[in-house]
Amino acid sequence: MNKTLIAAAVTLAATTLSTQAMARDTINIVGSSTVFPFSTAVAETFGRTTSFKTPKVESTGTGGGMKLFCGGVGVDYPDITNASRAMKASEFDACQEAGVKEITEVKIGYDGIAIANSKSAGAWDMTLKDIYLALAKDVPDGKGGFMANPYQTWKDVNADFPEIKIEVLGPPPTSGTRDAFVELAMEGGCNSIPEIKELKKTDKDKHKAVCHGIREDGAYIEAGENDNLIVQKLVSNPSALGIFGYSFLDQNADKVQGAKIDGVEPTYDSISDGSYPVSRSIYFYVKKAHVGTIPGIEEFVTEFTSDKAWGPEGYLADKGLIALPDDERAAVAEAAQSLKPMEKPAN
Amino acid sequence: MNNPADTTPPRRAIDIVNASLKRRYARERRFRWLGATAVTLGMVFVVLLFADIILKGYTAFQQTYIQLPIELAAATIDPDGTRDPATLARADYMKLIREALREQFPEVRDRRDRRRLNSMISVGAPDLLRERVMADPALIGTTQELWILADDDIDMLVKGYIDRNAPESDRRVSDQMIGWINRLEAEGRVAKRFNTIFFTHGTSREPELAGIAGALMGSFYTLALTFLLSFPIGVGAALYLEEFAPKNRWTDLIEVNVNNLAAVPSIVFGLLGLAVFIGFFGVPRSTPLVAALVMTLMTLPTIIIASRVALKSVPPSIREAALGVGASPLQTQFHHVLPLALPGILTGSIIGMARALGETAPLLMIGMIAFIVDIPKGFTDAATVLPVQIFLWADSPERGFVERTSAAIIVLLAFLFVMNLAAVLLRRRFERRW
Repeated sequence: MNKTLIAAAVTLAATTLSTQAMARDTINIVGSSTVFPFSTAVAETFGRTTSFKTPKVESTGTGGGMKLFCGGVGVDYPDITNASRAMKASEFDACQEAGVKEITEVKIGYDGIAIANSKSAGAWDMTLKDIYLALAKDVPDGKGGFMANPYQTWKDVNADFPEIKIEVLGPPPTSGTRDAFVELAMEGGCNSIPEIKELKKTDKDKHKAVCHGIREDGAYIEAGENDNLIVQKLVSNPSALGIFGYSFLDQNADKVQGAKIDGVEPTYDSISDGSYPVSRSIYFYVKKAHVGTIPGIEEFVTEFTSDKAWGPEGYLADKGLIALPDDERAAVAEAAQSLKPMEKPAN
Repeated sequence: MNNPADTTPPRRAIDIVNASLKRRYARERRFRWLGATAVTLGMVFVVLLFADIILKGYTAFQQTYIQLPIELAAATIDPDGTRDPATLARADYMKLIREALREQFPEVRDRRDRRRLNSMISVGAPDLLRERVMADPALIGTTQELWILADDDIDMLVKGYIDRNAPESDRRVSDQMIGWINRLEAEGRVAKRFNTIFFTHGTSREPELAGIAGALMGSFYTLALTFLLSFPIGVGAALYLEEFAPKNRWTDLIEVNVNNLAAVPSIVFGLLGLAVFIGFFGVPRSTPLVAALVMTLMTLPTIIIASRVALKSVPPSIREAALGVGASPLQTQFHHVLPLALPGILTGSIIGMARALGETAPLLMIGMIAFIVDIPKGFTDAATVLPVQIFLWADSPERGFVERTSAAIIVLLAFLFVMNLAAVLLRRRFERRW
């Protein structure tokens, strides 16, 4: 029996060693789950319309993708990483240390985050401040200090709102959508309160804790990463609100409606021109050292940055991508196609 | 009680029994009733779950097609008349389909409207037409009535998932398109046909082109390799531990650890696989090979425990008889004990495999949550597996993926059902009782 075990171990080691030396002819893409729907759509079209193999796209989250991408140079490491935020300086340094010297940054477009409710109930019109007061863990008590969020109904938050219990379904802390929501909506809302804005100058940590803390008393319900599930729950519970990406709002316009935020409705145009406040830029990063080694990287970047893909009439717009303005798009496309290396990010 | 004036005779045992009898019967009835309720409740939930999945999913086995008379003009497909496969592959089949569609609606002239008209056809339709033409080049130059794959929005409309009475702004299909579809339907040019694409294609971002063949093959390679690795190792380990190993502290320690491993959450095996197989041995990510190695670790304890139980249940008299007629211990085990224990071992292995088929958590760590269009052709091709495919589809915004998610669940459940059925049948067929 021992012989069998040894034999098994030897075969195992042999197979792993032989695969290690194997070259790779498909592009490997990792990164953000927000960019995943767009990246996969381009990958599929690329595979269908060119002689290259269809790239493999993994959904690892922005941070996880950066870690893999900056692991090093070679067939074992991914060629492209998707990100729902810009690369951080620390990640850039990690890349440099591992020998990933030249990286091309490509800004793809925008992604809006919608706060929506069922079509069977009335439409909402709220400000960032309302969102902050309804969902923050601690709110100002009016005497210069903070107290645990006492608001139970929307009427407590703003006298113009109906007396409905606060029930918001949203993504869990592991989600990139949640990070963006906290940074854009919560922080935007809390900076509209003068005394918290003052705090930023005196005590940065406290400011962050106050602005980024989401209440845990049941008013904010973590509904998992599945945005489809949130849509279904909203339909069955008309008094609840949900937080999810714009593409889900676009696909389910017959079931749910987006709330106006600071008077702006979440539409393609309002996110594109930047007037809708809860939107962010999305990116992908290309490892220049792999160009020429892994076939098709340049062609993939060209496909992604062609107007038939990421233009306002392109197939990515159909998947919910908000295109960049025309002149910016042209500039980014030129830089991307010439694989211009990026500078170290400021923070 | 001890009052001497009391004339009642002392209570006999039978009276005590009689007095409590009613209460005891009632208790038993209550317990039976509770048990029956629990079983009924469980059955109701299972039926509800299955009904929900099947009702949501069965429509995915049909797909909407539009019949169009397509002129397979030689000038477009093969201008030189060489029938060279490379030329045939490069031809613009979308143009042929669009021309045929335009002929159905000659009054549509505006560029915008034409775009809308073209959007009723799936972007994958030209590829299907190309396969058709390349398989039978004799079609070139003729006009054929062909069924062309419709876009997922049209599919959803025809299947009734889009409310035609909803305000136009709320649905993805405009009034104009509904008008066109109604006209085509009246002419009998719209039909739902069996969805072969679902079983022959890999995944796609377009619901109408998405299939489970890639995930099925990934699951197949993973499970086959898992079985090849875990069955010999598991049975060998069980045989050694049960029959040959000395009983001492070390074997006790191993036994405790095997039992513990069976209860370890599967995600832990994923982390281990990431650190050891990918990090240390350099096995490529997202391949059936690395998935099978992780699944082997996960199913080994199940197989070892089941095999040991099966070996234990073979009566010692068999061993003694074999040894008595002069068989060596190894011959005793392989010629007599193992064949008798095999039904039990196989049952345990199949149940372990069924668990591995439905597992997602450890695969999260080793890069199987990936969009992979090409159907894997070997153990080292990038692949995904059925439960992961279900997870990815459930997370896709397109409406068409809702029914496909349920359809993929139906396929997965069917496989699990067949595997469990095989386990039961094997046990029935070969089980010996002493």
